[in-house]
Amino acid sequence: MTGAINIKTEAAPSRERASGPWREGWRSFKKSKISLVGAGIVLFFILIAMFGPMIAPEGINEQNLTKRLLAPSSEHWFGTDDFGRDILSRIIHGTRISLSVGFFSVILSVIVGSLLGIIAGYYGRWIDTIISRIFDILLAFPSILLAIAVVAVLGPSLQNALIAIAIINVPNFGRLIRSKVLSVKEEEYIVAAKAIGMRDSRILFSHILPNSMTPIIVQGTLAIATAIIEAAALGFLGLGAQAPSPEWGKMLADARIYLLKAPWTMIFPGLAIMLTVLGFNLMGDGLRDALDPKMKS
Amino acid sequence: MLHYMGRRVFQLIPVLLGMTFIVFMLIRAIPGNPAQVILGQQATKEAVEALNASLGLDQPWYTQYVSYLGGIFQGDLGISLRTKLPVSEEIIPYLAATAELALFAMIIAVVVGVNAGIISAWFQNSWFDYVAMVVALVGVSVPVFWLGLMEQWAFSNQLGWFPTSGREDVRDPITSITHFYLLDTLIQGRFDQFIEVLKRLVLPGMALATIPMAIIARITRSSMLEVMRSDYVRTARAKGQKMFIVVYKHALKNAVIPVLTVIGLQTGLLLGGAILTETIFSWPGIGRYIYDAIGFRDYPVIQSGILVIAFIFIMINLIVDLLYTVIDPRIKYK
Repeated sequence: MTGAINIKTEAAPSRERASGPWREGWRSFKKSKISLVGAGIVLFFILIAMFGPMIAPEGINEQNLTKRLLAPSSEHWFGTDDFGRDILSRIIHGTRISLSVGFFSVILSVIVGSLLGIIAGYYGRWIDTIISRIFDILLAFPSILLAIAVVAVLGPSLQNALIAIAIINVPNFGRLIRSKVLSVKEEEYIVAAKAIGMRDSRILFSHILPNSMTPIIVQGTLAIATAIIEAAALGFLGLGAQAPSPEWGKMLADARIYLLKAPWTMIFPGLAIMLTVLGFNLMGDGLRDALDPKMKS
Repeated sequence: MLHYMGRRVFQLIPVLLGMTFIVFMLIRAIPGNPAQVILGQQATKEAVEALNASLGLDQPWYTQYVSYLGGIFQGDLGISLRTKLPVSEEIIPYLAATAELALFAMIIAVVVGVNAGIISAWFQNSWFDYVAMVVALVGVSVPVFWLGLMEQWAFSNQLGWFPTSGREDVRDPITSITHFYLLDTLIQGRFDQFIEVLKRLVLPGMALATIPMAIIARITRSSMLEVMRSDYVRTARAKGQKMFIVVYKHALKNAVIPVLTVIGLQTGLLLGGAILTETIFSWPGIGRYIYDAIGFRDYPVIQSGILVIAFIFIMINLIVDLLYTVIDPRIKYK
């Protein structure tokens, strides 16, 4: 709260130009140490995902049966699994899978959800009723269960898991955009744009959508966190990535029978999931506080 | 109040119908010939046709849906392809097992979560506040299935405090009356079995409770912080009321609405999340029932299992909605 006052008193005339909702958001995001930690974790995993194959000590499926289930050592930091594969290397390779599933499933649900939400919010009437009811119905299912049902129909694979996760997130984004559109729609500049005869599509995509971006970014960051857990859960149940993929949930499922003999086969992939998800959660919380002061808790 | 209840229930009808439609479409959405997919490539043509007929897949979809809906109203949830038993009968013990586990988990989550949130708000910025909120942050980020496995390793294999998995000791099976084992053992006066059942509930219950507990703690804290700043709390303090009473009686009462919403939502999500916990702890609940059915492509069981859980989820949310009016008389519905 003191931050807001400080900005006002600090703002020198030369800096005036630099202020704006994004700038201001970044300033208050920077102040929260815990969100910076989150952003740091996320950046760390993004770098691993990008340069993974270069930094991983061994390949994804490099087997060495003489080195089965070795405990963590200087040679194999996280130990080896039942095929003698280096667990650290597999986790590094798996980062790319988890992050892409999280990222792309959320992008997919944002696109579909935004479209539906915009249509419902802007056009209203019966279209709104139908779309909103569909959202209600989808939200009436516990999400992981709906994902399982979708995969049960489409067949187990990483791609179908991604689609399933995207579907369960659509109503969340759809509702968010719909309510945002409803409030923006009545603003004077939209009424003005209508009055000068601007086409609906232009109003929607160059005025309403950009003004609805903040909550999408916040919600999207938090949704990536849940999507990563859900992908891992589906992988763990055998409904997501299939062997020999180094997807983290699948790694846990494969390692389950060695829990007693070689707990490290389970500990590290789980820690990787937890840390990534924690990173996105912290960053999302920080973004919400910074960009959406009304939602501040 | 009655009027409001009636309207809320009435509003649920389209959602419930939509739910049945989605669940109905599940089996029809399987690419290709569903009966062939269910039976596998080696199945004879006769077998495929017979299954088509018994699932009603040979009729137009709207006829199928109407008869499906009619069946549900009469309590007919289909016949399991694997066991050939009616799902509506088969599902009850599984449902009870999940209910017992979910209730146990929710009690842990509410008692620990609400109190941690209250104490954090009471002593804001104290070490307790920091530790509790960090634990809560980590708690919402932890994959439940991994946590369950880690618990098994630590508390069962390493320390030997609790049994690894299962709902009862197979050497000393429980005679089931209500399918709620805690209740059954008490009715029969078998306290040794009661302790055994309780012990077996602890690990899966804790795993399942983690996420709701973390979320409840966070929401209680922020809701309490808001209320604690209000004038009437200051007045209560000023007139010399004990802090404990102010916090637990005056403040909590006004902070409880958002907490209640979250509790309702989380209870529903708990039912969905149970599928993972039950798989890990070999808990014979509805999650495990659905999961096994997926392996056998037992679609009637998958459909009905999902429908039942979604129905309970909706009902819990309805009850929470109605509870608002009881707790906060200012909320009036027209």
